[in-house]
Amino acid sequence: MLTAPLLEVSGLRKLYPMVAAKGWRRAPASSLHAVDGVGLTIGKGETVGLVGESGCGKSTLVRLLARLIDPSAGTIRFAGADIGTVPARRFGRGKERAHIQMVFQDATDSLNPRFTAFRAIADPLRRLSRLTGTALRARVEEVARLTGLPPELLGRFPHQLSGGQKARVGIARAIAVEPRLLILDEPTSALDVSVQAVILQLLEDLKQRLGLSYLFVSHDLNVVRLLCDRILVMYLGHIVESGPAEAVFAAPSHPYTKALLSAVPSLGNSATRERRLKLPGEPRSPIDPDPNVCPLYGRCFQATDACKTTMPALREVMPARHVACHLPALEAVPRAGPPLEPVAAVALRG
Amino acid sequence: MSVDRRAVPLLAIEDLSIEFRTRSGVVQALDSVGFAIKRGETMALVGESGSGKSVTAYAVMGILDAAARVTQGSIVFGGLELLTVERKVLDEVRGREVAIIFQNPRTALNPIRPIGRQIADILLRHGNVTAAQAPARAIEMLARVRIPDPKRRAAAYPFELSGGMCQRVMIALALACEPALLIADEPTTGLDITTQAVIMDLIAELASAHNMATLLITHDLALAAEYCDHIAVMHAGQIVEIAPKQQLFASPRHPYTAKLIAATPGDTTRLDTLAAIPGGLPDLRRVDLPACRYSARCERQSDDCLVPPLPRHGHGDGRLVMCQHPL
Repeated sequence: MLTAPLLEVSGLRKLYPMVAAKGWRRAPASSLHAVDGVGLTIGKGETVGLVGESGCGKSTLVRLLARLIDPSAGTIRFAGADIGTVPARRFGRGKERAHIQMVFQDATDSLNPRFTAFRAIADPLRRLSRLTGTALRARVEEVARLTGLPPELLGRFPHQLSGGQKARVGIARAIAVEPRLLILDEPTSALDVSVQAVILQLLEDLKQRLGLSYLFVSHDLNVVRLLCDRILVMYLGHIVESGPAEAVFAAPSHPYTKALLSAVPSLGNSATRERRLKLPGEPRSPIDPDPNVCPLYGRCFQATDACKTTMPALREVMPARHVACHLPALEAVPRAGPPLEPVAAVALRG
Repeated sequence: MSVDRRAVPLLAIEDLSIEFRTRSGVVQALDSVGFAIKRGETMALVGESGSGKSVTAYAVMGILDAAARVTQGSIVFGGLELLTVERKVLDEVRGREVAIIFQNPRTALNPIRPIGRQIADILLRHGNVTAAQAPARAIEMLARVRIPDPKRRAAAYPFELSGGMCQRVMIALALACEPALLIADEPTTGLDITTQAVIMDLIAELASAHNMATLLITHDLALAAEYCDHIAVMHAGQIVEIAPKQQLFASPRHPYTAKLIAATPGDTTRLDTLAAIPGGLPDLRRVDLPACRYSARCERQSDDCLVPPLPRHGHGDGRLVMCQHPL
């Protein structure tokens, strides 16, 4: 990605105040750090995967980037413009709304049950592209065709559509207004494995044809591996590792990434169970976390004394690979051989 | 009458057909389902949603919906025919000899009762403990499923615990009386992948420690591959193939099994080689369902696939394929 990135985020934070009433007095305010100092970039035409366990702040981050909620601190630059300062309320009516669109997790829950497929897709077009009449109908039919949704199904309600068809409506609705960045929140998690491949291939095809960039949120790492150029690993509000997908999968560097990847079950390979790395216990509390302790401290199998006195910063350990851990310092020198090859491959492809 | 834990096999389901009477017609949910589990064995029931996995599990537990009707077949567990056994005997079997872990622990646990109390309830009903011993035994069970600080957590309500913790409580409930058979119905759906690994390892470990048989119900072929010895593949209420794990992956014989394996992303799959399975499940309300319910989606289908009986090819070594044209 040699040109300026499409989306550039730095120091992004979202704190939720926790107001605990004590009698008639309010207790001293503490806050839940949902997203705590996140920086990331998404290039034009790039697919970036965001992985992490539930409660790590993925959804909050996604909502911040989609400008559905306002950040507490930090900047969000989209195509050169600072969009982080526009209040979410106003952003929803502005022309930039069309540039960042979202495909929600479960198409069954995210489609209005009283809207036909046509109306679901037409609604954003009416509001954002100001299309009406025949122009509107033509555009809806065009995106239905693009997403492989038979036009005769446009008159149906969500309950009359199959899971795969509902997923197509969700995607059609998002791409109808010609976005540049599409945020996909677990687009296949509600689908059966038999239709998963079709939807993933459709997404890849749309990306090529329309020149979209994707932020792909998922906890199915096998799916992330298929679709993403680069991945971001999030833990307790922090990005703990980022890098080209193939390189991270081949040689994870952060202890959390290692544990995450070793937990992925794989077909016909029962050996993974023996070499699984376990994270004992539960994540630390996100309420008023100590800014000087590594978020993984307490569950980490490689913890040192430094981990409880200094928060590790995200730093480059190898070309294009960033890790927030004290340990990789020991192996920061790029190793020759297999782990680096995928990096080169990705760089060339990009 | 009581359960013989040494019966071989421990659970044998034969020719089981179940239908549901609904307002829009009779749904033929299960069609001649049959499989057997021995003591200490782990078996997975794999299939897409709507394939009848949970209905099979509920039939074993005797907790089918009132609209369900068993039209034929038998479920023999430890020498007892569960379909015709008296209610009183069934009450002794469920919870003590067969236990189930439900898909969603949050809805399966009683929301207004502390978790320690819920475990004590089961122990008082089925385990030989006195009311004075029960709370301590419940805490012991919580410790066994590795809930940190079990003494304090015993007084917690389900809403105070994370999804992974609730699922551990479900496991503690199911294992409280050391059952001979554990049915785990999608035990890790909705849990994180790291939590999934911990929960599944825990089930596997406790099962092998007590020589317990496990029936794992899942839609995730990779998960089944990792934890089970035998895999039964279901499609639209029919079992299409049963095989030991290694054989199933090395040489699937039913076209649906082969497709399912090709559609599951693994370490080396690429997006362009990932397969999709065309079509969907047939409408199970149809009166003229073909003998092989996969035939409409199958590349190898011929006219013989539509008429019963569906052939069963046995292969000795525990393999069974229900197909006219196996691979």
